[in-house]
Amino acid sequence: MPAPRTLLDKIWDQHVVCTPSGELPLLYIDRHLVHEVTSPQAFEGLRLAGRRVRRPEATFATPDHNVPTTDRRLPIADPVSKQQIDTLRANCQEFGVRLFDLGDADQGIVHVIGPELGITQPGMTIVCGDSHTATHGALGALAFGIGTSEVEHVLATQTLRQAKPKSFEIRVTGRLPEGVTAKDLVLHLIGRLSTEGGTGYVLEYTGECIRGLGMAERMTVCNMSIEAGARAGMIAPDATTFDYLRGRDFAPADFDRAVAAWERLPSDPAAVYDRVEIFSAADVVPQVTWGTNPAQVVGVDGGVPDPDVFGDSSEQASAARALEYMGLAAGTRITEIPLDRVFIGSCTNSRIEDLRAAANVIKGHRVAATVRAMVVPGSGRVKRQAEEEGLDRIFTAAGFEWREAGCSMCLGMNPDTLAPGERCASTSNRNFEGRQGKGGRTHLVSPAMAAAAAVRGHFVDIRDWEYR
Amino acid sequence: MEPFTSHTGIVAALDRANVDTDQIIPKQFLKRIERTGFGQFLFSDWRFLPDGSPDPAFELNRPEAAGATVLLARRNFGCGSSREHAPWALSDYGFRAVIAPTFADIFFNNCFQNGMLPVKLSENEVAELFRRATATGQPYRLTVDLETNTVTDGEGFTASFSVDPFRRRCLLEGLDDIALSLTHADEISAWEAAHGLPAVGG
Ligand code: SF4
Repeated sequence: MPAPRTLLDKIWDQHVVCTPSGELPLLYIDRHLVHEVTSPQAFEGLRLAGRRVRRPEATFATPDHNVPTTDRRLPIADPVSKQQIDTLRANCQEFGVRLFDLGDADQGIVHVIGPELGITQPGMTIVCGDSHTATHGALGALAFGIGTSEVEHVLATQTLRQAKPKSFEIRVTGRLPEGVTAKDLVLHLIGRLSTEGGTGYVLEYTGECIRGLGMAERMTVCNMSIEAGARAGMIAPDATTFDYLRGRDFAPADFDRAVAAWERLPSDPAAVYDRVEIFSAADVVPQVTWGTNPAQVVGVDGGVPDPDVFGDSSEQASAARALEYMGLAAGTRITEIPLDRVFIGSCTNSRIEDLRAAANVIKGHRVAATVRAMVVPGSGRVKRQAEEEGLDRIFTAAGFEWREAGCSMCLGMNPDTLAPGERCASTSNRNFEGRQGKGGRTHLVSPAMAAAAAVRGHFVDIRDWEYR
Repeated sequence: MEPFTSHTGIVAALDRANVDTDQIIPKQFLKRIERTGFGQFLFSDWRFLPDGSPDPAFELNRPEAAGATVLLARRNFGCGSSREHAPWALSDYGFRAVIAPTFADIFFNNCFQNGMLPVKLSENEVAELFRRATATGQPYRLTVDLETNTVTDGEGFTASFSVDPFRRRCLLEGLDDIALSLTHADEISAWEAAHGLPAVGG
């Protein structure tokens, strides 16, 4: 009998092209996603060496990081951003790569459109010059972020030099309590694992709680694996996955045959992981980050910690520095923190389910007079769907700005940024210093928590919310 | 790629953990389409005061760190985004090696692609290096030798480190790893023939 294998083992074994003696294995890459910021130097490298893209039909590109989220008919004001987007367009044309361009109905954040178009499929290896590529693991793929030199390597060879990562089962038992979301779960996990607890591992999320999550929630969880240091997160494909993919644009033509193959992917019952940790979903409460990395997080019913409570001196120093940057005093109740801005968007939380959750909270309410709030759908499709459901009118009636698709204020490479000192409740994934704008202060939360904070002007416990 | 064999240089001691790539090179500088010219923006938000002048309190701006080519840092260096602009900026500024107890994976891999050596030493060894580097207020020099896999200061400090043998060879010889991978083109084609190209719908 063959030895029992994990989901990671199965995908890995299938994709090793060869392991030449004294070299790292060459791993075959099924799908390569490309965006404007990390690809220009890679295409330039190909050009200089006279190389071509080995499998243009397995390569998909979209501009997302830099794009304005205001009226798409207007020219891009920033000439340097414009040049980067023009360069992507020219490179895709020259090398024959499919581009979902600005103005294309399907343009959007690369990690939103991949699954949405069915480009992402179970059992695949998927890479992108972007650390949140882990998102695609929610469909049972092995998906991870790479640097620009590796982007060039994949373009030229359709393979990557890669040592096999270790496997780490994160088993979540039970069900999330009412009002607690996948975002709270993953922030809770990162808080326990630390920002480097997953380094060197691929996380596989398992257990009753994970099986009960919908696809958008699974994507939220896998998306933030990188914030625990893991390059990839994955969830075994099941009926939820197959139902999600059926009928999508790039789904396999013979779908039933594909499903039969995908059903063999989940880890064998006796498979052994390099590491296992078990968490209880019942322990999770709505989370709010207080510091400058995603592991600096606490329940909404808690307070800003005193740096002295941390074990080692470097963590104490990092907490003290974070409090200074965030302009917070130890002991402050989370629900007493006032906000200037609210951002609902990013590859973590900009799917239709996220927008529905936020709209449900604000229905019949108004954004607080002290807050400026915006919603940035993850893709053109999400935006159209939301408009068909009337969510855009709920948002605008409440005082939210309703924008075009892109990364926007998740990293503020486009004009959507925080001013120095501004404090923001954000559904994105990183609260690093300056991430959303130099001097800006980011608190990571779920879409429902962000929406409620927009209404009240400070954090509130969503479990107490009065829905109208 | 420029080979890396052995390097001796002045140390800049950046006494912080979890230094993320958003700090190494803030996003507003990622719009360039070249690989060069990022050194001027390295640690921009930390290096410069609001008026644009160098912040004298920042570690890299101290007189003893002038001309530094070896960066010393605490745990989890390079976490966050996959941007290769981070090693590009470090290397363009002049760094040839980064020493820390642990690194984030993508940053670690990206260094090797750019002739820059990331060196993992133990927490204790790194703590000792911080002590030595900051003891006198004078420039402190280290030799990072990839042929012997050692870090030495010529004043009694010696530590050895390990590197993946393949990455080590690429760095020592300054290999073009794409050219090397393309020597396996037949195996890649054979894989494609055996597995069928994944169905592309649409
Ligand atoms: S939304 Fe944010 S995290 Fe996601 S790809 Fe864009 S910039 Fe990166």
